[in-house]
Amino acid sequence: MEHFNLALVDWSRAQFALTALYHWIFVPITLGTSFIIAIMETIYVKTGDEMWKRITKFWMTLFGINFAIGVATGIILEFEFGTNWSNYSWFVGDIFGAPLAIEGIMAFFMESTFIAIMFFGWNKVSKGFHLTSSWLVAIGSNLSALWILVANAWMQDPVGMHFNPDTARNEMVDFWQVLFSPTAVNKFLHVITSAYTYSALFVIGISAWYLIKKRDVIFFKRSMVVAATFGLITSLMMIITGDESARQVYRVQPMKFAAMEGLYYGQTNAPLVAIGIFEKAPNPNNPKAKEWAAKIEIPNMLSYMAALNPHAFVPGVHDLVHGNKEQGIVSYYDRIARGKTAIQALADYKAAKKAKDTEKADASLTVFKKNYKDFGYGYYDDPHDLIPNVPLTFYSFHTMVGLGTLFVLIFILTLYYVVKNKISNMKWLLYIALWSIPLGFLAQEAGWMVAEFGRQPWVVQDYMPTLTAVSNIDHTSVMITVLLFTITFTVLLIAEIKIMLKQIKGFKDGGH
Amino acid sequence: MEDIIKKVFLFYYEGFKSMTVGKRLWLIIFIKLFIMFAILKLFFFPDFLKTNFKSDSERSNYVIEQMTSPINNK
Repeated sequence: MEHFNLALVDWSRAQFALTALYHWIFVPITLGTSFIIAIMETIYVKTGDEMWKRITKFWMTLFGINFAIGVATGIILEFEFGTNWSNYSWFVGDIFGAPLAIEGIMAFFMESTFIAIMFFGWNKVSKGFHLTSSWLVAIGSNLSALWILVANAWMQDPVGMHFNPDTARNEMVDFWQVLFSPTAVNKFLHVITSAYTYSALFVIGISAWYLIKKRDVIFFKRSMVVAATFGLITSLMMIITGDESARQVYRVQPMKFAAMEGLYYGQTNAPLVAIGIFEKAPNPNNPKAKEWAAKIEIPNMLSYMAALNPHAFVPGVHDLVHGNKEQGIVSYYDRIARGKTAIQALADYKAAKKAKDTEKADASLTVFKKNYKDFGYGYYDDPHDLIPNVPLTFYSFHTMVGLGTLFVLIFILTLYYVVKNKISNMKWLLYIALWSIPLGFLAQEAGWMVAEFGRQPWVVQDYMPTLTAVSNIDHTSVMITVLLFTITFTVLLIAEIKIMLKQIKGFKDGGH
Repeated sequence: MEDIIKKVFLFYYEGFKSMTVGKRLWLIIFIKLFIMFAILKLFFFPDFLKTNFKSDSERSNYVIEQMTSPINNK
């Protein structure tokens, strides 16, 4: 492991994280507002009330700005795959190729065709056709998100594939297993419902600003009713899918699960730490290490969350590193040994093939196949290098869950007071709603950090660690691109947000 | 057929022409795309395996070598 250029790995990771962060500012709002707009337009078509048409058009304009400024930011990620992560791109190529190709085709044909009708088609196509286009934009953009999330889910739970030792590539053997793996299904549902929730906060927050300013009150109360109803439904779905996702993580990424809950020592009847503050990151080798400065626990809840059994054993970091015979957990020490055997067997196989020594090649291949499931562990000598940043994962997870719960409350209160026609008097709620826009973004990023920091050091779970995924390039060139990217995209982001704010502040409903 | 193409063209042409928020936004989008494709992609993001190796066979041999002898990035 000491042979790897960790500066290159860190800079490449920083670059990818920064790009993904910029990309994810816009994508979730696109995913959710497209549905909110489609619902608003449906009400217009059903009622014939012109105000609903103007409401639809207002949010459609903001959707359009968001869509336009977010367009193509994701392409940088694909550049980075080819330049910085070439080993990874080659290793996963066939698995990623199909979903991303489908995404490209779908995004291009569905979104670009129907978005044009959605924006330019008012009074040019029939009401019904326009409404259908709006729904197809919503469905299309969400379907294109499906494929990239399926690809990400595969990295966390690699199923439906076969590693070809001759080409060093994974080949898909079961497309449906990749698409419908429980991890992929839960990841997709959890991510899109969280994006819908964030979008609902976006609509409610902007509407709240108008109510604070006492401008176009009925217009934005109506917007709030749709967004709060949509947000309440999707945030409840988000909690359900999040709960199911936790069980998948427990099953396929037990180390991430332990990190999410700061669980260093496994136990039966495991309590859930609802709120906790680490005093310091404890050493898993030292059972006397003080783990918490303060915590509030819910008895048996973690066991129940993990296995739907309040008495189930939940492994901690220590159990995974050192093994737990009683619970049938193989130690990381053993997995490292098997991984090293697999790496050596692959090298022997390639050498034997080159020397045309069929017998030795077959024998090496058998050893490789037997140990392949621990292949990635072989790059490490110290099992403690296989532990993610526990406090960061824990705090990110609890920030996400805490904010998610807060959002449900905001939706309930907003819906209640807007239906009772008292929302304009609830200044405190309006300010909370307004500030929930950045909080929504924070929750999105916290969730992403749980998924991505929590799975470290893996880029493909158990098979490829992040440090072997990078290209053999000079890390200073990565530093330069990080710097260039940060400056350029921050300047563009500021300009884009200004356009969005100008559009919001300058709006006046012309229908009065 | 010609009529349909003309209709589609006019649909987009008139749509873009009547955009109210578009001009500055389009400018930013074009600047962004220019930076991404004409600068970043061209000078900073070459495809490592495509530019350094001629065939898939060479690429796979290289990646296996990287995976089995982790003494890289000196």
